[in-house]
Amino acid sequence: MSQELLVASALSVRFGGVRALDGLDIRVHEGEVLGVIGPNGSGKTTFFNAVTGFVTTAGGSVTLGGETITGLVPREIARRGIARTFQRLRLLLELSVFDNLMLGQHLSLDHGIVANLLLRGRLRASMTSHIESARHLLSYFSATLPGKLFEPVSALTMIDRRRVEVCRALIREPRLLLLDEPSAGMTPEETAELMRDLQKVKAERSRLAVILIEHDMDVIESVSDRCAVFDYGRKLCEGSYAEVSSDPAVRRAYLGVDDE
Amino acid sequence: MPNGLPIVSDRRASPLPALGALVAGAAAVLGLLLAEQQWEVATLAIVGAVALLIGGKLGWGEVVHRSATDHHRWITPVAWLTAALVIFGLREHNFELLMLCTVMLYMVAGLGLTVQFGYTGVVNFAAAAFMGVGAYTAAVLLLHTGLPHVLVILAGGLVSAVIGSVLLLPLLRTRGHYAALITIAFGILFRTFLEVNDTLGGPQGLKVPGMEWFGLVFNDAIEIDDETEWSFYLRYAGLCLVLLFFAYHFVRRLERSWLGLSLDAVRLDETAASAFGLNGAAWKIAAFSIGNFLAGMAGAVYAMVTAFIAPASFTFGDSLILVSIVILGGLGNPLGLLPAALIVVVLPEKLQVIQEYRFLLFAALVIAILLVRPGGLIPRRARDYFPGTGGR
Repeated sequence: MSQELLVASALSVRFGGVRALDGLDIRVHEGEVLGVIGPNGSGKTTFFNAVTGFVTTAGGSVTLGGETITGLVPREIARRGIARTFQRLRLLLELSVFDNLMLGQHLSLDHGIVANLLLRGRLRASMTSHIESARHLLSYFSATLPGKLFEPVSALTMIDRRRVEVCRALIREPRLLLLDEPSAGMTPEETAELMRDLQKVKAERSRLAVILIEHDMDVIESVSDRCAVFDYGRKLCEGSYAEVSSDPAVRRAYLGVDDE
Repeated sequence: MPNGLPIVSDRRASPLPALGALVAGAAAVLGLLLAEQQWEVATLAIVGAVALLIGGKLGWGEVVHRSATDHHRWITPVAWLTAALVIFGLREHNFELLMLCTVMLYMVAGLGLTVQFGYTGVVNFAAAAFMGVGAYTAAVLLLHTGLPHVLVILAGGLVSAVIGSVLLLPLLRTRGHYAALITIAFGILFRTFLEVNDTLGGPQGLKVPGMEWFGLVFNDAIEIDDETEWSFYLRYAGLCLVLLFFAYHFVRRLERSWLGLSLDAVRLDETAASAFGLNGAAWKIAAFSIGNFLAGMAGAVYAMVTAFIAPASFTFGDSLILVSIVILGGLGNPLGLLPAALIVVVLPEKLQVIQEYRFLLFAALVIAILLVRPGGLIPRRARDYFPGTGGR
């Protein structure tokens, strides 16, 4: 059994009187893909926001590799190796693909005044290697995207934008990648393609763990090692896709099937 | 797939479009400054506007940009040399040199605003007040201390940045309109403070001694022979050009580095950027301080050039003028500051007819240009980390 990476225990988040997360327990191991499903408002995105420090928790704890990260600000959590995408893409549209990817590299870049303003030759050399690695990462996802490295993201198609957002989260080689509904706004074929490409990256990074929020059950079935079903801020059940999809409570709450 | 730094084009563009633009620019500056008749100025303004419209339609900007990028190694020094020649060409024209000094100093302050507002998205409607802080700092230091005058200029920038940090706490806690209101309030407070403060001269202001540099007294007349005398503003114009040179290349390099990327990220989506480890508050503090430092240095030199400063020189209206220069020129593009500052500073002086209506004219002009060219006179281009790479 591989090592536990993320452990959320009894995690709670309240918005006024609403319990958005209500004592949630989630464990993710290194190298694992956990699919998260659940109806709208069941707390899936809130879970991501709680893990990445975007909302304050009302109780419980989150640890990453044994270290408690509850209560840290987003940038500190990013520093510890969690990267995420957003349900509604949050790319810097005016900026180039390269600029967006380099925002993903922020913590690895040298922001010294001298390094940036005076030692331009060295900056150029380091930039060349960043361009190289950005092209390499993009090439996992598309044959044409590496050639669009210096085009503004606003000029890209929806699927290319998704790819850039996923690459932005992957580029600094996080330990845990949180994907918030990557299929939104894309056709099922495009989503399947994105997931296949992601698997190619994952195959080379054996310890990379992924949590995937997804509505599309086919996507969940094809990529996730384990599934967790959320309902009203709680975990309804957990297990393999086959176990989860046959669970009567899940069929009632989520799949909308009456159990006879 | 091409490796390494992308080359925009394999064939180098001709240097002629860039040189042409340079000559046209220099001619326009000289023409505007030396025109004496109202109709000359009006004609020049109309020709400029038409050239801009036609050029915009035909994509001249792109051609000139390509040409300048492919030959940046010598075009950039030649451009600065041309600027120096323009100044030298005006050596016997007192008033014109003074206007040119004002234009250059407004450009330096505009570069500060570019960092704050254009890149980082931190509004500052008190840029003139920060120039004022630098100006008064310089005046006090020149009157009461023997500090070398180059250091006085730096001190003007530093004090301005330090006083600006008073605003940081409220600025970091507010956004948009509220942040704008805080800077407006600061500008008004600053002016009121000056007006009631007797040691700083009150509403009458202060006389400021001129610049000295290694025994060179800037305010002395330059007598060439019995017949010819060059304006003492010639030295100040040179000083302003040196300041502008450093400020311009500082801001350019800032933009074309990882620092510029971080500032842009703060403006465009601070929250998303924080998910990748970016500390938005720290970058805003840095940008605000850098901007005020530049404005403060511009103010310190302004005080020496004009030899007299008063609260009325650094009003909310002046801050608005600075903001309109930055927007008119093309938000985030340092190059756009030149035509914008020329229009805003020189045109009203030359077109006496419109003097009384100048604010009306600015408002109409800014609205008109933003309607026709939303990006400003010379819109900002994609980040070109190194000339010839990347954003084309």
